[in-house]
Parts: sequence; structure tokens; C-alpha cells
Amino acid sequence: MNLFVFVKRVPDTESKIKIDHEKRTIVEEGLNFVLSPYDEYAVEEALRLREAKGGRVVIFSVGAETSKVILKKCLAMGADDAVLLKDEAPESYDGLRTSKVIAKALQTKFKDFDLLLFGRQSMGADNAQVPSMTAELLGLPQVNVVTKLEIEGNRGTAEREIEGASEKVSFSLPAVISAQKGLNEPRYETLKGIMAAKRKEIPVLTVEDLGLSAADLAPQLKMTGLESPPVRQAGTVIDDEPVIAAKKIVEFLREKAKVI
Amino acid sequence: MILVFIEVRDGQIKKYNLEILSEGKRRADELGVNLEAVLIGPNLEGQAEDLFTYGAKKVHLLEHPQLSSYSPSAYTAALLQLLEEVKPAVVLFPASSMGKDLAPRVAAGAGVGVASDCIRTSVEEGQLEVVRPIYAGKALAAFRFNSSPAVATLRPNVFPAMEPSDQKGEISKKELSIPEDRFGDRVDEYLKGEGAELDVTEADIIVSGGRGMKGPENFALLKELAAILPHAAVGASRAAVDSEWIGHQHQVGQTGKTVSPNLYMAFGISGAIQHVAGMSSSKVIVAVNKDSEAPILKMADFGVVGDLFQVIPPLKEELKRLLSE
Ligand SMILES: Cc1cc2nc3c(=O)[nH]c(=O)nc-3n(C[C@H](O)[C@H](O)[C@H](O)COP(=O)(O)OP(=O)(O)OC[C@H]3O[C@@H](n4cnc5c(N)ncnc54)[C@H](O)[C@@H]3O)c2cc1C
Ligand SMILES: Nc1ncnc2c1ncn2[C@@H]1O[C@H](COP(=O)(O)O)[C@@H](O)[C@H]1O
Repeated sequence: MNLFVFVKRVPDTESKIKIDHEKRTIVEEGLNFVLSPYDEYAVEEALRLREAKGGRVVIFSVGAETSKVILKKCLAMGADDAVLLKDEAPESYDGLRTSKVIAKALQTKFKDFDLLLFGRQSMGADNAQVPSMTAELLGLPQVNVVTKLEIEGNRGTAEREIEGASEKVSFSLPAVISAQKGLNEPRYETLKGIMAAKRKEIPVLTVEDLGLSAADLAPQLKMTGLESPPVRQAGTVIDDEPVIAAKKIVEFLREKAKVI
Repeated sequence: MILVFIEVRDGQIKKYNLEILSEGKRRADELGVNLEAVLIGPNLEGQAEDLFTYGAKKVHLLEHPQLSSYSPSAYTAALLQLLEEVKPAVVLFPASSMGKDLAPRVAAGAGVGVASDCIRTSVEEGQLEVVRPIYAGKALAAFRFNSSPAVATLRPNVFPAMEPSDQKGEISKKELSIPEDRFGDRVDEYLKGEGAELDVTEADIIVSGGRGMKGPENFALLKELAAILPHAAVGASRAAVDSEWIGHQHQVGQTGKTVSPNLYMAFGISGAIQHVAGMSSSKVIVAVNKDSEAPILKMADFGVVGDLFQVIPPLKEELKRLLSE
């Protein structure tokens, strides 16, 4: 099987986000960037499918040169190849742009695939857009937020998480899948993998190479404000006997917070 | 015109759809345009009547023999046909599992962007503006739309639902032709969760447990507490989920669910930045932690320094007494 995985470089979840109010962006300096956590499940699932059925795992990222670091990580986990789809545009929180780059790359240069794997949402943009958008641009079936996946010939079944339950979806290949926590347990890179990844060339394709113009990639959303959320102030803290504490909690909920 | 996608699952319309419809009504009034809604699936005329009472002037019923169960590709094809015909200025979806799955696909088909998971909408200079959390709520960004229609998903449990009126409206049925290749992804089966519990994203109250719960058996305490409180669900920190004390669908936080209930009660949760990212927009936070230095106590509206195993039993009794009055 030809398994393509799409990964994004994002600030790690530990990050405190500072805002540059003048430029209306977040301050990237001092942030530690990592492979988006849900993308790890997508990479792992692709590796497992390859181990079970044979084939190749190719990783793609849309972003600047700096995204090569996460591509190397995926190679070190065991992926066969990685490609950088170079787009230097700053984060726009607009999934259509990324999806157009991905769709164009696949239509023009990487036509042969069975399954496209994504994370269910990228940390930061928190969009949950690129998998569905890419699926529509390429006319493919989609199953998002997948916690269980089985492939048999040119058909698959997946369980996807919904409110308090799941649904079982059957689909035809090629298709788009986005991974949710619970799908698998991502492996660590091995030392051997890290050494091999170091030596591996990562080919780069620019948006111009793909024949995309500024008009094709025109931003769909215009940011008109960026602020920090209101800081929560510490409220009352008590250190009483449990029975008294319980009474006081209930009193607070009823009299002050009025939530019960 | 503002068009609102109303999600039907199992023949049911969940409350959050009416919240989104109400928000659509407020913005439609402000913009001086009509509010319309769209339902997909068979036998939905009865449901349409309800939507009129929330301000929809017209309800579009998209029927097709094969649209009885959800299929993102086929639903998209159906909605794109409707958009082509009625040309709305704004399309709103609930940021539910179906809305989040479908809205970006429909937007891509229409060649426009989406603002995901919005928590505020307004009209500024005659245009729709939305506010949405990014970086798991560590920042709030406002957006306007460069292309039409403007498409947004709106977070459940955030927007107030209006009082229904006795307004009537018009039903518009549409014959659809959906190509066979649009049925490549179909829901075959609905798998109920553990005891059909309320999901944390839908609950008014969340009682959440962390590593301080010590083991899986103690989550029963939280389930009992949730059972006493109205419309309550059980949440958990990643530490509790990773220890397999409770299923991952209960996890709150940056790699779990983002919640904004009326009340969030944290038991034995320290308040790590990734946890707080998922619950800091809760209206009221109560925390019980035996460590007076725990970060969660510095952001809680009401904090108790104490042993959760000693506090929960009398708390249950107090609540039972009060709520049965
Ligand atoms: C990439 C990444 C993503 C993450 N995503 C999430 C996420 O989505 N959600 C999330 O929650 N975490 C997430 N984390 C983990 C996060 O960093 C913390 O490790 C986790 O939230 C800690 O859980 P906890 O508060 O239950 O445990 P701890 O930090 O160990 O805290 C336990 C608390 O219980 C208290 N306690 C112990 N016994 C008692 C008792 N008897 N009575 C009262 N109090 C008691 C202790 O004082 C302590 O404060 C993520 C981490 C990473 C690296
Ligand atoms: N710049 C990108 N390059 C490659 N894949 C991406 C990029 N952005 C998003 N994705 C993929 O789409 C998923 C969902 O991202 P998003 O729509 O941004 O929430 C991510 O988990 C990735 O798998």
C-alpha cells in the first residue's frame, strides 16, 4: 500500500502563548516546536499498516524549511520518505490554503496512493479542517476522528468518535483518515532510525513548483483581532474539616455561583 | 440570508442545534436578512415545524433514499446543491462531531474558508465577525471573511437558545441527484458509549478526576456525584486516562476535549497547563486538592485544601439533601 501521512510543526503544548499586538501574531521566539501530537498517531498507524500489508510510508508537511525537523522525526520513527511542500506564509488559521497545496501536490506529482492519513486536529490552529477539505478537493471518502481502523483489499472500516458514542463507517479506498487518540500507541524513534534519518535527503517542492499562484492561495479569513483570554483570578480557598468544607462548597454553588 | 445546518442523528435534534439557530437569528436580525435552516434525511417535516419557532422563515428538507445515514461525501454533495441554488451569505454549523466533519468539506467544495469552533459572533461594519479560541484557548482571535458564503462552526453550550415563539414558516423540499461515487463513506452502525453517558462537551456540569483519584474503582465516586447533579458528566485528566482508569473520551485538555460548562469540579487534578487549556473557559471552577500549592487552586473560584476521599462523601450528602428539597 502507498500510505501518505500529513504532519504539521506546532508549538508544544507546554507553551505559554504571547501575543505581538502590533503584528497581530503570536510571538514565535522562545517557543519549542514539535510534531503535532495527533499526527503521531497517524504516522504510527501508517507504519503498522505497512508492517501488516507491505508498501511505503511517505510523510508530507506544508511549511517552511524549519518543518524538516519534524519530517526527520517521522523518518526516525520508520517512514520510508519525506517531502517538504515549502510554503513560507505565516500561520493564517485557514485550512483551505494548506489543503490546496496538498491536493495540488498529489494531483500533479504523487498520484499513486491508497490512504491519506492526518491528525484529527493540529495543535494551535485547532482547525480540524485540512483532512475534510483535502478529501473534498480530491473527491475522496473521509473518516475523521478515527479510533479503530481496518483495511481489507480496497475497502476499509473505521470507528469514529462522536458525542458519547462512536459510529462505524465503511469506506472505499483511496480515502482520507484522521487519527484520534486511542487509535494506537506511537512508537519512539530508535537510535538506528535517527542515524538513518540524518542521512536521508528531504526533497523540497515550492508552491510555485506546484503551479499555484497567489490568487489560488488567497487568504479566506482576515484576522481582525487577537487577544489573550481573560485571566482567571484566584477565588476563595478554604482549609476546613471535610464536612464543613463540603457544606461550604454547596453554599458557594447555590448562593454565590448560582449554578445549582 | 443566513443558513443554519441542523444535525439530525437517530431522528433527534440535539439542543445545541437550537443554540446555533438562535445565534443565527440574532445575527440575521442585525443584518436585516432572513434565517433559514436545512435538514438532511427522510421524514423530517415534524422536526421542521420546531425550527420555525426558533426564527427560521424557511426550512429546506434535503431528501434522498440514500441519505438516511450520515455520509460526509453525500451530505456535502447535497448541501453544495442547495448553496448553489439559494446563495446564502452565511452558513453556520454546530461545532459538533458531525458539524466539524462536514463544514470544512462543504466550504472546500464552495471554494471558501471556515472559522472553526467559534464562541462569539457579531456584526461589525455590516459584516459578520466571529471570535474563536486558538492554541487551545491560550489566545482568542477575531476573524472576518474574504469570500462568500462565510462559513463557521459554533461551539455547543456557549450560545443561549432563545424562547421559542409561535411563528410558522415555509417548508421547501428539494429533489436531489447525488452521483453514486458520493457514497464512498457511510455510517453503517451507531455504537453506544458506556451506558449512553452524557458527553463532557454537552454537559452543564462536569465532575472531573485526576491522578489523585488513585485508581479506576474510585471513579465510581465521581459517577455517583454526576448522577446527583443535573445534566452532569464525568471528566478526567490525561494522567487518569493514561493510567486507564477511565476512557479517553472523558479526557479534558489540550489533547482531550475543550469544555465550557457552567460548573467544572476538579478532584485530585493539579492544573497542568494542558489540562487548564481545555477547561479554563468554564463559567465556575471548584477544586479539591490536598496540596495548597496546586496551580488549580490559584484559578478556581472556590478551592478546598483537603483529601477528596473525605470531602466527596459529605458533599454527596449535602447535594442530595439540597437537590431533593
Ligand atoms: C503533549 C501533551 C498533551 C497533554 N494533554 C493533556 C490533556 O489534554 N489533558 C490533561 O489533563 N493533561 C494533558 N497533559 C498532561 C499534563 O501535563 C499533566 O501531566 C496532567 O494534566 C496531570 O494530571 P493530574 O493533574 O491528574 O495529575 P498530577 O499532576 O499528578 O496531579 C495530581 C493532583 O492530585 C492531588 N491529590 C493527590 N491525592 C489527593 C487526594 N487524596 N485528595 C485531593 N487531592 C489529591 C495532588 O496534590 C496533585 O495536585 C498533556 C501533556 C503533554 C506532554
Ligand atoms: N501545514 C500542514 N502540513 C501538513 N499537514 C497538515 C498541515 N496542517 C494540517 N495538516 C494535517 O491536517 C490535520 C488537521 O489539521 P488542522 O485542520 O489544521 O486542524 C493535521 O493533524 C495534519 O495531519
